[in-house]
Amino acid sequence: MGHAYTPGLKVTDKMLVRKHRILPLKGDVIVKVGDSVNPDDVVARTHLPGNVVPLNVANKLGLPPEDLTEVMLKKEGDEIKEGEAIALKKGIFKFLNSTCPATIDGTLESISTVTGQVLQRGEPIPVEVKAYIRGKITEVIENEGVVVDTYASFVQGIFGIGGETSGELIIATPDNKTILSDDLIKDEMKGKIVVGGSLVTADALKKAIKVGVKGIVVGGFDDKDLRDFLGYDIGVAITGSEDIGVSLVVTEGFGTIDMAHKTFDLLSSNIGKQACINGATQIRAGVIRPEVVIPIVGEETINPADAEREILGLDIGSPIRVIRHPYFGKLGKVTGLPSPLHVLESESKARILEVAFDDGEKAIVPRANVEMIES
Amino acid sequence: MAKFDNPDDIKIIVATDCGSTTTKAILIEFTNGEYRLTTRGEAPTTVEAPFEDVTMGVLNAVGELEELSGRKLLDENGRFISPANGNIGTDVYISTSSAGGGLQMMVAGVVRSMTAESAERAALGAGAIVMDVIASNDKRLPHQQIERIRQLRPDMILLSGGIDGGTTTHVVEIAELISAADPRPRLGSSYKLPVIYAGNKDATENVKTTLGDKVDLKVVDNLRPVLERENLGPAREEIHEQFMEHVMAQAPGYKKLMSWADAPIMPTPGAVGLIIQTIADQYGIEALGVDIGGATTDVFSVFRPGGKEGVFNRTVSANLGMSYSISNVFAEATLPKVMRWVPFKMDERDLRNRVKNKMIRPTTIPQSMEELIFEQAIAKEALRLAHIQHKNFATVLKGVQQQRTIADAFEQSSSGATIVNMMTLDMLIGSGGVLSHAPRRQQSALMMIDAFSPEGITRLAVDSIFMMPQLGVLTEVQPKAATEVFEKDCLIHLGTCIAPVGESKKGGPVMKYTIELPTGTVSGTLNSLEMKKFELGIQENGLPQTAKAIFEPEKNFDLGSGKGAKVTKEIHGGVVGIILDGRGRPFDLSTLSEDARVTHLKEWMTELNIYPEGKF
Repeated sequence: MGHAYTPGLKVTDKMLVRKHRILPLKGDVIVKVGDSVNPDDVVARTHLPGNVVPLNVANKLGLPPEDLTEVMLKKEGDEIKEGEAIALKKGIFKFLNSTCPATIDGTLESISTVTGQVLQRGEPIPVEVKAYIRGKITEVIENEGVVVDTYASFVQGIFGIGGETSGELIIATPDNKTILSDDLIKDEMKGKIVVGGSLVTADALKKAIKVGVKGIVVGGFDDKDLRDFLGYDIGVAITGSEDIGVSLVVTEGFGTIDMAHKTFDLLSSNIGKQACINGATQIRAGVIRPEVVIPIVGEETINPADAEREILGLDIGSPIRVIRHPYFGKLGKVTGLPSPLHVLESESKARILEVAFDDGEKAIVPRANVEMIES
Repeated sequence: MAKFDNPDDIKIIVATDCGSTTTKAILIEFTNGEYRLTTRGEAPTTVEAPFEDVTMGVLNAVGELEELSGRKLLDENGRFISPANGNIGTDVYISTSSAGGGLQMMVAGVVRSMTAESAERAALGAGAIVMDVIASNDKRLPHQQIERIRQLRPDMILLSGGIDGGTTTHVVEIAELISAADPRPRLGSSYKLPVIYAGNKDATENVKTTLGDKVDLKVVDNLRPVLERENLGPAREEIHEQFMEHVMAQAPGYKKLMSWADAPIMPTPGAVGLIIQTIADQYGIEALGVDIGGATTDVFSVFRPGGKEGVFNRTVSANLGMSYSISNVFAEATLPKVMRWVPFKMDERDLRNRVKNKMIRPTTIPQSMEELIFEQAIAKEALRLAHIQHKNFATVLKGVQQQRTIADAFEQSSSGATIVNMMTLDMLIGSGGVLSHAPRRQQSALMMIDAFSPEGITRLAVDSIFMMPQLGVLTEVQPKAATEVFEKDCLIHLGTCIAPVGESKKGGPVMKYTIELPTGTVSGTLNSLEMKKFELGIQENGLPQTAKAIFEPEKNFDLGSGKGAKVTKEIHGGVVGIILDGRGRPFDLSTLSEDARVTHLKEWMTELNIYPEGKF
């Protein structure tokens, strides 16, 4: 298996970004092909079936289950209101009658003469799907959702937390190395997507939430801060549903790591534009990476050369980043790709490459421990 | 494919395992009177886009077998040539699969620790990942249970509950919950979700009425017909049947693959369980196997409580693994527990970031010795936690009333007590990257000893290239070939661990030993907190050398025959040899002072030659 390296994360100034916006259940699509949409526009909506609440009516009325149908006042499919009697057991005298009231608003789903149980279904729960990015509807999938296309600058992160949000892009640090600390978070950043350098501190994140910042894009984040911040340790990298008041996209990894120049420069060139970000991450089969999408207004074509720019593999001169100790985070260029297996200091045998780092140092690194950087 | 009335006529076998990332193929040939693995090949699995046809990966892996072995296996249409003739073709082709996330199931029962647990055991034994266990008493409200069933989208549901002739109400209630949830299958919506009912037979008609229209209901014998007995076979068979019919048939290319194979395609973990059961039964031994992967750790065991028939158990620790789940191991085990295996100090903040970086970049490998030592420390904790989960699950049946005599009253055993007995365990088998590919085999041995704390005399082995799945399914076709290849080519025999049980007092003697090694007899005294290693290797045919040994434990120590009782036994060697472990059982590093801990760790690592000198 020749490609024993990790393909780099995508960082590109222009590409076609296509998003499928699909309902969890069939429902109504409320836009049509050709419509222009903004991130907060609703494109489809439906109702999820309401919660089911069982009620053992036979027990409540002290009846054998098989007698249940005789006492039911409501039948399957009838509407019910909380407190309304759904069953009546007659006594010898009227004052000895006993009733069983519904415990929720909704409909009566089923009556069981085996268990004596009545299932009540609550009111349907409305669900809406928004466009998430500014763009055009290019396809409507009947009753299910839509496809939104946009031409955009695009940055893929390595890890994130929090869901989809959007806002005006702003740079908070003078360069890609500076740590985004709380003193750099200002009140006027409310509602914006803030870009920092090599790390965001826990205090800066807290202040950002207080100020009302919508999202943060940064090179590194400390695991200890992540744990303190969330109140629990993330065991497996499946995120996106955290409700913390801000979405975070980490572009390089855990620890203090300079944001890649290319990423920082690309974001800097888009100051003032609307950015749509999503912190959702899933590192397993069907990988989902966090992302920053900056739609390019008025541009609806793409240079074929940009579209076809594909990384073919590691080569001499390829720019890389090391993604594991002892050279973690260092950038350099490949200077040799010897094919025989090499015995590492750990005594593991692996395919390696020779690298010259930007600071002049040379080293040997397993190919599995580098990531390509798109040039 | 050719059909063989006599399995002994099968001389050439091709087997594949379609994993989520790679498809591994092996070629087994009958030469010089024995079955041996002769060639192996692998290629990326092609279940997902852009290929979406699992057979392409199979053909690529088999193509590699052809290149390396010089045997032509496929015709010009890419079909297996069968039967074998000279240097062309194969007699049988078989396969296992875990591609596409394996078999994902939900199980339901009435009482969590009784029928629901039996159902869980049936599903795990069949090779499934159990996504959730729903029970009447699982402390969730009915609407929460319904919500969960709806969210999960399993491949199938196994429903059990009630003993035959018992009350029907509770199991029908669970059926009603499933009906209300109206669950959808994970792959495709073109078919109804398979639900297997294996509960009280008296409730069958009511379950049919409740669920019949909404799901594809299959009814099999009750898996807990009486409290005292489980009957998991019919449910497991039906799970395999449904796996083939629904799950496999939905995955791209599998219909073609199923038509090629001479035996039903089995879920990978189910096949691993089968080979471990076969070996344990063939030799009448107790065996425990562990497979530690990137995301999950599986533990398989066959124990014989009371010296009776072997009882098989499998557990899946869903979030204990060495890459995707490494951060969870760290969170569950806690930092001090991991770091107790490391003989030097590391910065906590830096360590935490390293673990998280491995989680988000799971394919990286340890380059420095420090990284390797740290990674192996995490592996010990992942294995230890998976072992605890296994011990808690592999129990005698719960809810069974036991007649007790006065003598029993002094024993702590009770209904639900574990059947995992490390003292009677004969063989511990490790598998998965961190164990199978450790740079030194001694490292694999020590990881297993530290994690599982084997007691008494226990053989240690690792699976060389993870071919247990293929051999598991081979037991269905040619069991002799499966067991021969398992012992001679699949297993790398590491040796034997001798660990007396007893409190280790500082400095005192633990036992006397005399071992008649081929190079000469060695004898001496093993002291407390001491580890010793002796060479006893492998024969030319791949099987371990043996040696007669006499062990005389001190009066507070037990080697299986009672405290202070002498043990004479033939012990097996391996690439590591014989390891004498004088650290006592239970062994707890935390009782040592910080300085003593580091000193002893270094002594053990030096004695067993775990890491190169000067690097720890």
